[in-house]
Amino acid sequence: MTGFRDKILPVLAILGGIVVLWYVFAVALNAPFQRDLDRRADVERTTVEFIKETLSQKKPTLPAPHQVAVNFFENTFLRKLTSNRSLVYHSWVTLSSTLLGFAFGTVLGILIAVGIVHVLALDRSLMPWIIASQTIPILALAPMIIVVLAAVGITGLIPKALISTYLSFFPVAVGMVKGLRSPEITHLDLMHTYNASRGDVFWKLRLPASVPFLFASMKVAIAASLVGAIVGELPTGAVAGIGAKLLSGSYYSQTIDMFAALVAGSVVAVLLVTTVDVVGRLTERAMGARPA
Amino acid sequence: MNALASAVTPASQEIAPVVEARGLGLTFQTNDGPVRALSDVTLTIGKGEFVSFIGPSGCGKTTFLRVIADLEAPTEGSIAINGMSPAEARKNRAYGYVFQAAALYPWRTIEKNIALPLEIMGYSKAEQEERIKRTLSLVNLTGFEKKYPWQLSGGMQQRASIARALAFDADLLLMDEPFGALDEIVRDHLNEQLLGLWERTDKTICFVTHSIPEAVYLSTKIVVMSPRPGRVTDVIESTLPKARPLDIRETPEFLAIAARVREGLRAGHSYED
Repeated sequence: MTGFRDKILPVLAILGGIVVLWYVFAVALNAPFQRDLDRRADVERTTVEFIKETLSQKKPTLPAPHQVAVNFFENTFLRKLTSNRSLVYHSWVTLSSTLLGFAFGTVLGILIAVGIVHVLALDRSLMPWIIASQTIPILALAPMIIVVLAAVGITGLIPKALISTYLSFFPVAVGMVKGLRSPEITHLDLMHTYNASRGDVFWKLRLPASVPFLFASMKVAIAASLVGAIVGELPTGAVAGIGAKLLSGSYYSQTIDMFAALVAGSVVAVLLVTTVDVVGRLTERAMGARPA
Repeated sequence: MNALASAVTPASQEIAPVVEARGLGLTFQTNDGPVRALSDVTLTIGKGEFVSFIGPSGCGKTTFLRVIADLEAPTEGSIAINGMSPAEARKNRAYGYVFQAAALYPWRTIEKNIALPLEIMGYSKAEQEERIKRTLSLVNLTGFEKKYPWQLSGGMQQRASIARALAFDADLLLMDEPFGALDEIVRDHLNEQLLGLWERTDKTICFVTHSIPEAVYLSTKIVVMSPRPGRVTDVIESTLPKARPLDIRETPEFLAIAARVREGLRAGHSYED
C-alpha cells in the first residue's frame, strides 16, 4: 500500500492536474475557430454545447486528451502492423535507427574517452572540439548530413542513425572520461605498488569503476538518440517513422495524428530509458553494489 | 649443512639490510613555500625486524614509508631496498603495502580482491587459489571468500587488505596506520594476530602508527620522529621478548620503553603547540 501512496499516487496526481489543464487550454484555443464556424452556420449554442463542440473538432488547434487517446488507441492496437497508419510500424522505424545510432554513439563515446584519458595530446586537443560539435543546432546539421550521404548513394537507415550517433556520443564521452578518472588515489597507488601496466590499470581498475558513470550517461544518450532519429526524418520528407508522421500531420493539418505520434514517441522514450536503467541496475548488482 | 660450515659466516655472505637510508631528505614544493617533510634520515632496517615509526602528524613517517614504496621520490640523500633503488625494488615486487583505509575494490569479492596482485603478477589459476586460501586462513577470514567488501566490518576489511599484501612473495610489508580507523578492542585483537602472523611468515615489517602502546607492543625497533622538519629523534631497540601476550603491556619493562618513546616525542617538541 505504501508503494502506491509513495510512488504511484503522486505521479497520478500530477498527471490528473496536467489533463485538467489540457482540457482548459483545449477549449480556450479551439474556441475562436468554433465561434467562426457557428457564426457562418448561423447557429446559436449554449455554453455546454459550445464546449462540447470545441472538444470534438476534426482538425482542432489543440486536440483534447480524449481525442488523442482514441486516435492513439486506434492506430496502435487496431491497425495492421504493415499499415501506413500504424503507430507501431512508425515507432519501429524510428526505434531501429535510434538503437543503431545509440550503439554507434556509445562505442564512439567510449573510444574517445579512452583516448582522452590515456593520450595527453588528445586530452588537450579533443575536448574543445567535441563540445563545439554539440553547439551546432542539429536541425541545421541533419539536412546536410542526409543530403551529403544521399549524394554518395547512402540513404535510408544509415544517415538517420548517424544523426543519432552524433547526438548520443557526447554524453557517453563526457561521462566515461569522468568515470575512467574516478578511481581513488589509494586504488591507483595500490596498482603502482604492484608495478601494474597501463593496460592492467585500465581493465582492472578504471573500466569497472566507470560502469555507474557509463549507465548514467547512456540514459541521456538514448534519449538524445531518439531525438536525433526523429529530427532525421523531418528534413527530406521521409515516409515512415515518428518524425514522418509529425511531418505529414502538419502538411494535412491532422493535429490529432500529430499529437498521437508525439505520445507514441514519448512512450518509446520512456521504454528506452527505463530499459537502460534496469540493465544498469542489474549490472551493478552483479558487480557487487549494495542494494539501494 | 654441517655445523662447521655454518659456524663461520664471512662478512661478504652477510644478508644486506632490507632498507638502508642515508641522509634521506624530501622537500615538497607547496603553495605556501617549501615543506621539509623529511630531513637527514639515516636508518638501517635488517631482515626479519618489526620496525614501528611513531610521531605526531607531519613528522614524515608516512612520507618515509611512501619513499620506500617508490610512491614519492626523495630530493636529497639515498635509499636502498634490498640493495636496489626503490623503483627497481617496486618493479621486482619486493614489498606489499597496506593503506590506512582498506582500499579494497568494491566490485570484487574478497577472494577476487586478494587475487588482484596475483593476476597482475601472472600467477597460475591453481597457484592463485592456493595462495588465497592460505592467506585468508592466516588472517582468520576463511569463509568470507564470496562476500563483497561492503558486507564486512572495518576490521575485517583491513584483515583482507593485509591478506592481499601477503598473497604474493614479498618479504617486506609496509603498513601505514592500518588499524588507525578501528576501535581499541578490535585493534588489540588485530595487534595480537599481526604478531602471530609475523612470527609465522618471518617477514620484515615497517609499521607506521600514532599509538605509543601499539608501537611498543608490536616492534623490535621503534623509530621516534618529530615534525617541522620531519626527522628521526630516537631509535629504540626493544628489550621485550619475542613471545608477547597482551598483558605484557602492564609490565614495568613495557612501561619503561613507552616512557622512553614519550621522552623522544617530547624532545622533538611533539607535545608543544
